[in-house]
Amino acid sequence: MAGTSEPGRPRWLAGVMPYKEMGYWKPDYVPEDSDIIAAFRITPQDQVEPEEAAAAVAGESSTATWTVVWTDRLTAHDNYQAKAYKVIPVPNSSPPQWIAYIAYKHDLFEEGSIPNLTSSIIGNVFGFKALKALRLEDMHIPREYIKTYQGPPHGIITEREMINKYGRPLLGATTKPKLGLSPRNYGRVVYEALRGGLDFVKDDENINSQNFNRWRDRYLYCMEAVHRAMEVTGEVKGHYLNVTAATMEDMYERAEFAKELGSVIIMIDLTIGFTAMTSMSHWARANGLILHLHRAGYATYARQKNHGVNFRVLSKWCRLLGVDHIHAGTVVGKLEGDPNAIKGYYRTLTQDKVEANPVQGIYFDQDWAHMPGVMPVASGGIHAGQMHQLLHYLGEDVVLQFGGGTIGHPMGVAQGAEANRVAVEAMIKARNEGRDYFKEGPDILKAAAKKNAPLASALEVWGDITFDFESTDVPDVIETPTKVS
Amino acid sequence: MATSTGLIIRQGTFSTLPELTDDEIRAQIQYGIDNGWAVSIEYSDDPHPRNTYWDMWGMPMFDLKDAAGGLYEVNKCREAFPNSYVKVSLYNPKLTKQTIGLQFMVQRPKHEPGFRLVRSEGPHRRIFYTMEPYAAEKPHGDRYED
Amino acid sequence: MAQGITPEKLIKPPSQGTGMYKGDSNIDDRFGADKPSEEFAQYSDPLREIPDDLEVDAEKLITDTKVKEVLHQLNTELVALEIVKERISEIAHLLLIDRLRRSIGLEAEAPTLHMSFTGNPGTGKTTVARKMGQILWKLGYIRKGHVVTASRDDLVGQYVGHTAPKTREVIKRAMGGVLFIDEAYNIYRLDNERDYGQETVEMLLEVMENDRQDLVVIMAGYRDKMDRFFSDVPGISSRIAHHVDFPDYTAEELLDIGRMIMEQQRYQFSSDAEKAFQEYLQIRLTRPHFANGRSVRNALDRTRMRQAIRLYDAVEKGRKLTKKDLVTIEAEDILASRVFDDLHALELPSGNGEAKGKSKPRAKAGASKAKK
Repeated sequence: MAGTSEPGRPRWLAGVMPYKEMGYWKPDYVPEDSDIIAAFRITPQDQVEPEEAAAAVAGESSTATWTVVWTDRLTAHDNYQAKAYKVIPVPNSSPPQWIAYIAYKHDLFEEGSIPNLTSSIIGNVFGFKALKALRLEDMHIPREYIKTYQGPPHGIITEREMINKYGRPLLGATTKPKLGLSPRNYGRVVYEALRGGLDFVKDDENINSQNFNRWRDRYLYCMEAVHRAMEVTGEVKGHYLNVTAATMEDMYERAEFAKELGSVIIMIDLTIGFTAMTSMSHWARANGLILHLHRAGYATYARQKNHGVNFRVLSKWCRLLGVDHIHAGTVVGKLEGDPNAIKGYYRTLTQDKVEANPVQGIYFDQDWAHMPGVMPVASGGIHAGQMHQLLHYLGEDVVLQFGGGTIGHPMGVAQGAEANRVAVEAMIKARNEGRDYFKEGPDILKAAAKKNAPLASALEVWGDITFDFESTDVPDVIETPTKVS
Repeated sequence: MATSTGLIIRQGTFSTLPELTDDEIRAQIQYGIDNGWAVSIEYSDDPHPRNTYWDMWGMPMFDLKDAAGGLYEVNKCREAFPNSYVKVSLYNPKLTKQTIGLQFMVQRPKHEPGFRLVRSEGPHRRIFYTMEPYAAEKPHGDRYED
Repeated sequence: MAQGITPEKLIKPPSQGTGMYKGDSNIDDRFGADKPSEEFAQYSDPLREIPDDLEVDAEKLITDTKVKEVLHQLNTELVALEIVKERISEIAHLLLIDRLRRSIGLEAEAPTLHMSFTGNPGTGKTTVARKMGQILWKLGYIRKGHVVTASRDDLVGQYVGHTAPKTREVIKRAMGGVLFIDEAYNIYRLDNERDYGQETVEMLLEVMENDRQDLVVIMAGYRDKMDRFFSDVPGISSRIAHHVDFPDYTAEELLDIGRMIMEQQRYQFSSDAEKAFQEYLQIRLTRPHFANGRSVRNALDRTRMRQAIRLYDAVEKGRKLTKKDLVTIEAEDILASRVFDDLHALELPSGNGEAKGKSKPRAKAGASKAKK
């Protein structure tokens, strides 16, 4: 059984030996700047010691198999073997967990290929028997390796210049109901929401090309809505046309049509896979369209604290392979998300030099080598009455998507959109004036609502509804206040 | 309604709020100055949303300590072009942030006739859209007279 | 700063608009933009309406503004200049009371704060202007306390169309603070009608009148030239509220300045050196281009250099130095100055060899002086 060592056993004798002794555990190893480093949360089986478990993860995610193979000796195996160099116990964890740090030479991974990177790092190893559970918490990507990726087709700065909107969160909404609307009726919702003041409307993840709403018809009506809304507001508008389909050929066909109709943006779902995402990223760069990613399905492996892949790692992969928008949580909405962890995701997506921050769950300093940022999207259960909280937690580089909060407005879709727009502008204005907008938020909104009936009505209907459930995934380190102000 | 006569161009942050007073403009400019941004005043009589290059009212101001200098130019520009669009752009020169940090309108013509949306129909129900401001039918300088 | 006039009070009641396109109050407000404060001001007569026994908290204002501290700094950091300090504190008191009156609505218009500082070079005009910036800022008359210094070259252009943007640039940079114009009379050349300085003067006049709340202008220069400037351009003179005259320092005051500078730089005069320095000042005072405090500072810079060379030579000759050596200025460091040199040169036409210092330091001192 792995983990039991026989003293004096030669390294290359055929048979099974602990991973630790095969060179995958190197407590003295000092990672080089060019190494890729992963932090795994490991929950070993009871009889497996953490060092061996970490070594096993290092081995299975790089060169090893279950037994000694002489063919290792035909390689510079020291270089190719991943090295677990540190395990740190997680306080108060039961069953006991450790954070294992594992360094990989960048030679192990193909340039510019997230599929290849993930096949190694999360390939075989997650089903490994010696572990009860395994979670990839964070990865440090060296500049050398970052530079082999395209990155976002456009990034936050270029997106703002394309749509000519600066200094405030962008506003969006997802057409509801998600399924069932005919193309013509669907376009009506798009038009009303855009003319009322939103910047974007969005297809939902599962509207692709069903029998009640085929893609080509939907695109035609949506783009009619977009242009009509531009006519009556004089500002740039967009609708994320979902090009997700069963094959790349279909996706290219849909994307080309969206481009021909003058759309500024298309969208894809995470379910299409990393390869298809990368292909669409290259297409979006070449064709000048913003690429929106809906992270459909991510929570199947990102949500549980002890097993899977933390969303911050997925964020890094998506920034590398290149999307312009990604859903990254709302803090105050209906979907999963701890405020500190979400702050960490947002920083990972938008900043250039991200410093390690245990409270936000960020394990490593990350230098993005000036790769443009990805615009995070906050969507699900948010409304105008939370504007101060949204701005406080999420900042101004974000798309706030008010689906229900627009379409469910009692006065109508356009008025719902207008309420959101007035709220965000009033909040930005107050913030820039130096007011304590987080504290005074409700007053600021009330004052703005005095001059705007739709906002008054939105505040009345939704007031201060929040979804206050405890998050299942919070960082291990809790912030303790050090100063009383 | 969404007829041409009721249109207000929704460009720039704050375009759905009541027109900013001078003090409010000053506060926003000061926000930019405090962030280390340059202050630029631009004006135009072509409100097409993709009209990126409005005319610059002088060079961007890089060395202001106080927003009064910016407001001073806003007022000079408004005096010189009382019937044009005038906006303030605050440029953020920081690495990886190098674009406008905040942009807002500080004057618009009294009457905004809006846009004509032209649809040209192609095969297979495909429509090509063009948008032009009614005002742009006249040459520069002759638009937006009372 | 005017009390009780807030935009909120003038905001029209909200209309029950249904959206931003029809009958929306936002749109109405956009074009009805009248001047609210002026309108409001007509309705109140503070002198009659405010009760006579309304108490005002002067102590609080004095404490809050910390104006005392600035005045104290001014008094301790600046040698002599008693008359100037007195004038500045008069102005500060006037503004403090003005601010109190303003706090209960007795003043409405922004006061004129432009000043002229006249006096010979080196009499502390720039230093006092910086303090003035602080005082005005603490009292809330300007939003930032910074002082932008400008002279003709910064304001007046050299070709057509050059002057206005140049002047405007300086004005805008100074807004929110103080614009200190050194040798202001140089801007304007009466004898040359085509001089672009005229344009600068006109622009200054405009902002001194219209943008009083945003900019305080302090014009500085020689007394006589400034008087002529004011009589040539009466518009400027009439917009200046406070004239402050900076007298020359006496030899004794200059010595005090010298002592203070030495102390700040951790040096001290030997008793001989102090006498020598006194002697030096007496002579220097009568020479051309004497610039009061500035000349003292420059002289002491050169003295420190001569001391350094003297100490270096001593080390070369094998002497051990002590802390005392490092801090002490000896008479010879001062007497080697060219001021004495010229004196000796007059007395002893070929008397180079008789000079008190060595030839090497003297040559250096001469060179550094020539550079200035």
